Amino acid sequence: MSATPPKFLGIHATPPKWLRWLLHLIPFVLLIIVYGIASDLRHRENPADKLLPPAAKMYEAMRQAAFEENVRTGKYQLWTDTGASLRRIGIGLGASACCGLLCGLILGLFVGMEQLVLPFLTFVSIIPPLAVLPILFIVFGVDELAKVMLIFIGTFPLITRDIQLTVKRIPREQIIKACTLGASQFSLAWRIVLPQIMPRLIETVRMSMGPAWLFLIAAEAIAATSGLGYRIFLVRRYLAMELIIPYVLWIVLIGAIVDFGLRLILRTRYAWYLQAQE
Amino acid sequence: MNPDELRRTSCLFLQDVYKSYGSKLVLDDIDLAVAAGEIVTVVGPSGCGKSTLLRLILGQELHSSGTVLVDGQPCGFADRSRGIVYQKYSLYPHLNVLDNVLLGLRLSCGVFERWRRRKAFEDEAMTYLARMGLQEHARKYPHELSGGMRQRVAIAQSLIIKPKILLMDEPFGALDPGSRENMQIFLLELWEEFGMTIFFVTHDLEEAVFLGTRIIVLSQHYTDGRGNDGEVRRGARIVSDRALPKEAQSTLVKTAARFGELIQQIRQEGFDPKYLRHAGSFDLTHPHSFQTLRKEECGQ
Repeated sequence: MSATPPKFLGIHATPPKWLRWLLHLIPFVLLIIVYGIASDLRHRENPADKLLPPAAKMYEAMRQAAFEENVRTGKYQLWTDTGASLRRIGIGLGASACCGLLCGLILGLFVGMEQLVLPFLTFVSIIPPLAVLPILFIVFGVDELAKVMLIFIGTFPLITRDIQLTVKRIPREQIIKACTLGASQFSLAWRIVLPQIMPRLIETVRMSMGPAWLFLIAAEAIAATSGLGYRIFLVRRYLAMELIIPYVLWIVLIGAIVDFGLRLILRTRYAWYLQAQE
Repeated sequence: MNPDELRRTSCLFLQDVYKSYGSKLVLDDIDLAVAAGEIVTVVGPSGCGKSTLLRLILGQELHSSGTVLVDGQPCGFADRSRGIVYQKYSLYPHLNVLDNVLLGLRLSCGVFERWRRRKAFEDEAMTYLARMGLQEHARKYPHELSGGMRQRVAIAQSLIIKPKILLMDEPFGALDPGSRENMQIFLLELWEEFGMTIFFVTHDLEEAVFLGTRIIVLSQHYTDGRGNDGEVRRGARIVSDRALPKEAQSTLVKTAARFGELIQQIRQEGFDPKYLRHAGSFDLTHPHSFQTLRKEECGQ
């Protein structure tokens, strides 16, 4: 008798495709239902409740933010906020990815440089970036530069360290083999090592997105005139949950799109990396 | 032949080579001269330093003392004079088969030259791939190939820049018996065609005797004038060095009686911890073998 594996329970479970999709959806649907019920209950008790606004109110607040000019500034609030935040996070994370790639490559390949820089880098990476935020504001002013620097300082050591470890994990055999094929130190770095760490860089940047958003929103909360984090902390004063919740969901959506985009690059351009890992 | 003459004529020449890691002596006074065009196979008990010896010649590690010459030149870090095929990690996962083979040609010249001669380079690489029977796999990536195919690409990758000596560190060790035997025959065919000098490390005695024109047994099981108490730090030496008959290359050789006897004899000489020969009476019958013993080693 051949046993059929269970669909859901146990270590031998093999859910069919339709069930997988269903399982993925269940927590989201549950959250929406629970929120809906709770919101409804509170509003029956107190029609002016601000804590759990109904979907219609959130939609209305978002519509105003996205498609109506702000009476005071004459701008479309959601888009200026999004643009400002994305610009900061893009410059900050982009700079730390580029510098991290270069530094990690050098540290991983050249032992002398590793000895010189790595202990200091470890020291820097332990500093909680938010603790030096005041210093950044003092040194770089409360403008864009301080926020970008916070994101940079918060993500650069981790990216560098990760790239350095990736370079060190390249088998010694490959390096020696390249030397027997006549590679100079530069061509070794450029043709052998760099292409092999690019996919890892994408993964590291993906993982650094979380911290980057954290630092961005923290910096915007303290001193800014636009940005998603600024807006959330601003409207908190009026308990404007109908705007805060959609803004948070909007941030999640942006993060998910960027993450998907990076994964897509990995899948299409670095197929060898994903398959060679197995 | 005397060492001075061998030093001038040999493709690979080692004299009084020692290698130690901290207080542990791995290679103990290695003397070896290899003429061009030989297939030298190196066997020995596991951990005796076969791969260490190969890495010294390759320049992946540096010897503690002694002389190592490749084609008369002192060997430094790894360079184009020596090719290498490892058991694994020989291929670059981010390059397809053709680019892997092309790498040596591309690295040999500047950007402009590389661009100007790209067609010639590609043709040459394809010729090598055709010889390896891998034309139709040129655009595949290493992870899409079988183990035997990967090693064939690795051999082509090394051969294309025509090294003075091709080092192979258990290149077929990870293959299943069938493809292993195919690769052995294939390597001999290539050798007959290109006549390259091969230094081949393996733990498989049968493979060593089948492939080699000369077999070297490295072992730490021997005695010498330094006595036998535990305080003598003794590393592996070449305890046997003999020419192998190169007859018609068919795997049928492996079933011949003489083939089996030879393997048994080598197994005893190199692998039996109880069979201890004195350093002065090693089985060094190959015409190119020589030995420079120090005084304290010669005594009984």
